Amino acid sequence: MRVSATGWIAVAGIALAVVPFLRPPAFYESFLYLVFYWIVLATSWNILSGYSGYFSFGHGAFFGAGLYTTATLAGALDVPFLWTLPAAAAVAALLGLGVGAVVFRVGRLRGELFALITLAVTFIAANVVLNTRIDGGQGVNLGGVPLPKLMSSPSSTFYILALGLAIAAVWIARAIHDAKLGRGLFAIHDDEDVAEVMGVPTFRYKMAALGVSCALAGVAGGIHAMFISYVTVGETFSILVPLTVVLMSVFGGTRHWLGPAIGAAAITGLVYAFTAGDYAIAGRAAVGVVLIAVILFMPDGILGRFASPKKRSGARASTAYPAPPPRRAQQAGTLLEVEGLSKSFKGLQALDAVDLEVERGEILGLVGPNGSGKSTLINLVSGHYRSDSGSMSFEGRDLALLEAHRIARSGIARTYQIPRPFAHLSVLENVALPAMFGRDNLDRAGAEHEARHWLEFTGLAGRAEDVPDALNLHQRKFLELARALASRPKLLLLDEVLSGLTPSEIDGTIRTIRAIRDQGATIVFVEHVMRAVMELTDRIVVLNNGRVIAEGSPAEVMRRPEVVGAYLGKAHA
Amino acid sequence: MPSLTLLGQSLLSGIFIGALYGLLGLGLSLTWGLLRQINLAHFALAFLGAYLTYQLASAGWDPIATLALVLPCFFAFGAMTHWLFARFSVSPFNSLLVSFGLTVIVESIIQGIWTADSRRLDSAYAAIRYKIGALYVPFPELLTLVLAVALCMGVWAGLRYTELGRAMRAVAEDAPIAAAFGVNERALSLLLSGLSAAFAGVAGLCLALSFTLAPSQIYSWIGVVFAAVMIGGLGNPVGPLIAGIAIGASEAITMALTAPTWAPLVSFSLLIAVLLARAKKI
Repeated sequence: MRVSATGWIAVAGIALAVVPFLRPPAFYESFLYLVFYWIVLATSWNILSGYSGYFSFGHGAFFGAGLYTTATLAGALDVPFLWTLPAAAAVAALLGLGVGAVVFRVGRLRGELFALITLAVTFIAANVVLNTRIDGGQGVNLGGVPLPKLMSSPSSTFYILALGLAIAAVWIARAIHDAKLGRGLFAIHDDEDVAEVMGVPTFRYKMAALGVSCALAGVAGGIHAMFISYVTVGETFSILVPLTVVLMSVFGGTRHWLGPAIGAAAITGLVYAFTAGDYAIAGRAAVGVVLIAVILFMPDGILGRFASPKKRSGARASTAYPAPPPRRAQQAGTLLEVEGLSKSFKGLQALDAVDLEVERGEILGLVGPNGSGKSTLINLVSGHYRSDSGSMSFEGRDLALLEAHRIARSGIARTYQIPRPFAHLSVLENVALPAMFGRDNLDRAGAEHEARHWLEFTGLAGRAEDVPDALNLHQRKFLELARALASRPKLLLLDEVLSGLTPSEIDGTIRTIRAIRDQGATIVFVEHVMRAVMELTDRIVVLNNGRVIAEGSPAEVMRRPEVVGAYLGKAHA
Repeated sequence: MPSLTLLGQSLLSGIFIGALYGLLGLGLSLTWGLLRQINLAHFALAFLGAYLTYQLASAGWDPIATLALVLPCFFAFGAMTHWLFARFSVSPFNSLLVSFGLTVIVESIIQGIWTADSRRLDSAYAAIRYKIGALYVPFPELLTLVLAVALCMGVWAGLRYTELGRAMRAVAEDAPIAAAFGVNERALSLLLSGLSAAFAGVAGLCLALSFTLAPSQIYSWIGVVFAAVMIGGLGNPVGPLIAGIAIGASEAITMALTAPTWAPLVSFSLLIAVLLARAKKI
């Protein structure tokens, strides 16, 4: 299936390339040119926005940057038209990367905020072009620029150029969709923080997607400049460009690589069918009605149903996957060394100069009352938060300076107390993701094979194709566990995996964790269920108000008066 | 450097146009912030209102009196839109697309009835001007400012001090929980949606009194009004007015000092700066 998709794209490309040789009326070629042109714009938009969920309204700016690059180079500087296209791609990509370098670095600029910033960039770009010599307010006339004779007629030339670009865009969208980049972008779409903690280099991935997206839009702009031959700011940077592109992608389905192309073809055809005749105005209204109907009745787009895992429940017969291979024997010594670690949230001292050592191969219990700083410690070690001061050394590397995805790659994995699965990925894809981005850097097939081991291990093999929403809490907790294990971490941070489970589920989970330990993993185990702590841990550290108040063997430490006091309150004499 | 009078006059007109930004932003901000619906059709509705005012005034009505007909119709239209969104539980982003479809439909209707040519309302109000010191204050623009301030403050007070307003804010915070506490979430949402659409009707009156109307003009207001709403705060009735006036004033000053065409640069740079600063805080 995967191989044949490339085949189908090639077949479609060749079949369509034959069209000009049949000498159709120029009108049909021009119509199909417009279809291809919108396919490029919609597909390129989708590579960033559909995949990663960063909805951009700036596509007009990136398209316009390419358009005016060609207009300026070919119109004013007499550069041959075809040579201006790489420049158009480069200028558009640079504009996009410039915006991304600022916007992606700043806080949580998602959703509507990202859409608006990119829209504002469009208006600013329009204003600069309008007021400088690039346009100057009169528009640029490219009527005198010679068009290379690639084909017998100008309309055939534009047809072939746009077709080539459309095929390239769809092929790139598919390649990204199936590659690691695509997996990472889909994870960013669902939960960017978790993606980063599981090893996805989120900033780099977003920049890559934005760069590709803008470059394609830029080339489309460059070709379109010649096609319309008279370019104006009002037409180019209009809000209708991003709106149309978004609409086409949503119409076709943003989670499928072919969705935007289908949407673009459908809407271009629809607009033509309704507005070409004598009733253009009524036709426009009809287009509006169709759009509303499609969004209301198919919110995930035409291809939506093919792009997401089925919401199905019930177990399936599972093929046996061999038990995970034993881990490399761990040498003795310190794996993680934390010194003087502090973190405060708006004046609340969550951690106060904490010292802690984790020995290779041990299960270290981390206990303490609610709010004592256990989860904060895990969040700092996994890179979810940055520490205020202190050092964390993992196998001699300082973690405090590493980005979260690098921490994951150096061999640390964690679970979340409240499960945070990627909602639109199947259970299998959820578990494969950390295997792909973890220490071993597996390819997609290898990661899925690895993921099946861990689904088997955690008893989720029958649910591999389900969406996480179909799982109950117990299974979601195990999904967290399987995700953490799939990266084959050297250090596993378990944040209250037992909370909310029934006593019999707790027994099962304890057996599972013991099995993990028997394979030689090093585990930091944050837990309130004391029975489990006593049964599983080799050593415990007790935190209270962000400080370590006791450390030692579980049985001995839990009897100390200061520990009892922290949990139950002090007896007032 | 232009004279002080000229600068003052353009500042004043900037404030007046800013008031219209705020007035257009009011309904947008309320449905966006409180109902999580990004209603692009708000702009089309305002223009439909403007055209209706134009039509009725041409037939001899007093322009301001046309509100008596326009507002109830728009209220019903707004409530209907909300019913549609609620019935299909449209996500915030898809609401943008659905309302874009509505915009296209309304634009086609306007174009079908009044053609794509521009129309200008001739009313007695346009000629009325007050002179304050060296500055002239045209009546239509003053009316816009008064209406904008009155409506924004009124909504603000209503949300803050009335039982209905408190219930509305509870619905915005968490609709199912509010419903569990006995708030009639559906009726309130319909009411708010209807009111927002009615505000578009008021904005339409102001548009008709001060501007030349053309169907394509619908899209030219979207960017800057979105900017005012984002800077002023979603769901906040007064913020967009203040932000709108700030944008209008800074645009007017830019126009007076440089070329008129540079004006949008100010508002959108301002928008980006505010968004970046706000995102950094989170």
